[in-house]
Amino acid sequence: MSGANLQIRADGRLRHFLSIEGLDRRIFTEILDTADSFTGVAEQSVKKVPLLRGKTIVNLFFEASTRTRTTFELAAKRLSADVLNINIDASSAVKGETLLDTLRNLQAMHVDMFVVRHFDSGTAHFIAAHALPHVSVINAGDGRHAHPTQAVLDMLTIRRNKGTDFGRLTVAIVGDIAHSRVARSQIHALNLLNTGEVRVVAPRTLLPADVESLGVKVFHELRQGLRNADVVMMLRLQRERMQGAMLPSEHEYFRLYGLTDEKLSMAKADVTVMHPGPINRGVEMDSQVADGPPSVILEQVAHGIAARMAVMSMAMQQNIQQQTND
Amino acid sequence: MTSPRIRIFGGRLIDPSNDIDGQFDLYIADGQIAAIGEAPDGFAADRQLDATGMCVTPGLVDLCARLREPGQEHKASIDSECRAAASSGITTLCCPPDTDPVIDTPAVVELIRHRSRQVGAARVVALGALTPGLQGLHLSEMAALQHAGCVGVSNARNALGSTLIERRAFEYAATFGLTVFLHADDAALSADGCLHEGRVSTRLGLPGIPEAAETVAVARDLALIEQTGVRAHFCRLTTRRAVRMVARAQFDGVPVTADVAIPYLYFTDVDASQFGPDYHFIPPLRTAEDREGLLQSLKSGTLGALCSDHQPHEPDAKLAPFPATEPGASGLDSLLPLTLKLVEDGYLSLPDAIARLTCGPARILNIPCGELAVGCVADVCIFDLHANWRLNQQTISSRGKNTPFMGWEMRGRVHYTLRDGHIIFSGDSA
Repeated sequence: MSGANLQIRADGRLRHFLSIEGLDRRIFTEILDTADSFTGVAEQSVKKVPLLRGKTIVNLFFEASTRTRTTFELAAKRLSADVLNINIDASSAVKGETLLDTLRNLQAMHVDMFVVRHFDSGTAHFIAAHALPHVSVINAGDGRHAHPTQAVLDMLTIRRNKGTDFGRLTVAIVGDIAHSRVARSQIHALNLLNTGEVRVVAPRTLLPADVESLGVKVFHELRQGLRNADVVMMLRLQRERMQGAMLPSEHEYFRLYGLTDEKLSMAKADVTVMHPGPINRGVEMDSQVADGPPSVILEQVAHGIAARMAVMSMAMQQNIQQQTND
Repeated sequence: MTSPRIRIFGGRLIDPSNDIDGQFDLYIADGQIAAIGEAPDGFAADRQLDATGMCVTPGLVDLCARLREPGQEHKASIDSECRAAASSGITTLCCPPDTDPVIDTPAVVELIRHRSRQVGAARVVALGALTPGLQGLHLSEMAALQHAGCVGVSNARNALGSTLIERRAFEYAATFGLTVFLHADDAALSADGCLHEGRVSTRLGLPGIPEAAETVAVARDLALIEQTGVRAHFCRLTTRRAVRMVARAQFDGVPVTADVAIPYLYFTDVDASQFGPDYHFIPPLRTAEDREGLLQSLKSGTLGALCSDHQPHEPDAKLAPFPATEPGASGLDSLLPLTLKLVEDGYLSLPDAIARLTCGPARILNIPCGELAVGCVADVCIFDLHANWRLNQQTISSRGKNTPFMGWEMRGRVHYTLRDGHIIFSGDSA
């Protein structure tokens, strides 16, 4: 149960948000409910709530990211927090101070929350383990391990499209499971919500060892994997994996695993298609599918802000309450 | 300094190499074992050591300990680690060649020998580099390294450039009767991995090291060992399948031995599930089935030695996200107690356990120690089998405090350690 003891306070509330694994259904549902309530904020003319006023949030990104960083920044601003973006590329981190020193320096500036993305699995846990008692850590992606806010926004999107009863859903995750933190968090989240069937569809080179142990059914053939699916979650394929050892070519990948209207016809008529972005059109999916009626890809982006507002405000709840009591 | 005449009395003498296990006194003179049981004629002891209620065994031989000198003195030094070894009953340490500079010239061998002689605690023997700089490209001057005192050659954890280089290196080592110490690892398969490839690496999203990284290498190495006839030793095997391959080769008469390190007998990849950096090992901790297989093979003797694989680190080396931490654990202090715990847990008899720490590794290194026969070098370990103590920041004597056993209750306390007939450690309570 990675992070179970770290991310939950003694009173059962969220302290950090590091991984879906280790959360119980009650708290995860609370996160989804909270996120749901925040989706309305964006529709107001003044898109702000004062929940985190006076709080300082540091976006600490050791890996390039546009979408995730921007949505975290927007989420923080809509909660009225002050935001600092720090991008540290891998090479300068190696030359310069240690991660722990970077962390200590920032803590000395009295920040209240770190949003961390790092190329090493386990980084968010490491930072949480060394953070000061009042500082919360949100995992914005660590190596191949976890991307829990993505899972929140994905589950929120499914819930808003398919209802709260995940037990009757069949969900297929298609693509590079082996290198994907998104897939791992999605699988944990879907299982936490008792999804009827969680499938992964990929060639063997893109599946991690013993993937069944995560609680999924494995398919190597896309049509079979899509049969009667309610939700199809496509994964991004890193370009460097396409040429060489993992896959012979983009062309063959698209032919076998690329999502087209024709293949999608195997799924249920009201199927929902998702993708964490950015999409490689013509590799993971056809433009027709990406822009077609089943696609909720842009809805996912909007939900990303609400999901991040939810975990940020919940992890800071104790601090907020203390402030109110003072 | 002439060595004193010492009588060790009242203890349970265990010398597996000579099938001795009983109540015998031990007489030491001129740095050697002078007699067992009855005193030699005219023996007048300068010093009497009361070993009543204790075990008296050959001094322990640790097949692999990184002393961090030369090159990484911020982690540990020959001085600190040789003293830590002595206080743990270890009289001989074998140092692999991956120092900085690498042990690829007689000068580095001499430096290590000189420093360890100065300290006067545990003895250090060194393995020479199989290839200069451990780069895997050319043969090192093995004859010169042997002449300087190297007891074997190894490329440590560094890959050899090709199977051809490996073959030539084996042939050249065999020319001089040198044992080749192998770390079975297919570098392309282990790549940037940091945990056993399986359920746990999948869950944690950590790059995995498949079992095949070890078995493929063992298969290749065994073929070349058979072809060249070199005497070879597999260091720190971790998988059940690789050990089975070695057992079969031994049965077929191939001149090959193997060892295992303590952590692999106690932990599995599951212990790393919380990203705990103290469970970061290379080669990685494997599965429960592998652990069970290693224990069985240690018992059967396929694995002829048990070592600490001592890798002391400064605290910062473990203060990072799991993949960025340095692998390995400090292990000198816990080598004997954790071996004794295997006896307590029913995996080994006490004489077999002692054999894996004494005559087993001594034979692998082909050095004259690890037994207590008359005329043998007087390396002795005297310990109380039943004394308990806790491994913590205060009790650990190595400079490296990085160990997953921190806080564990340890069984067996060393009271005296003798090397070449000299007392190099004497415990407080003794």
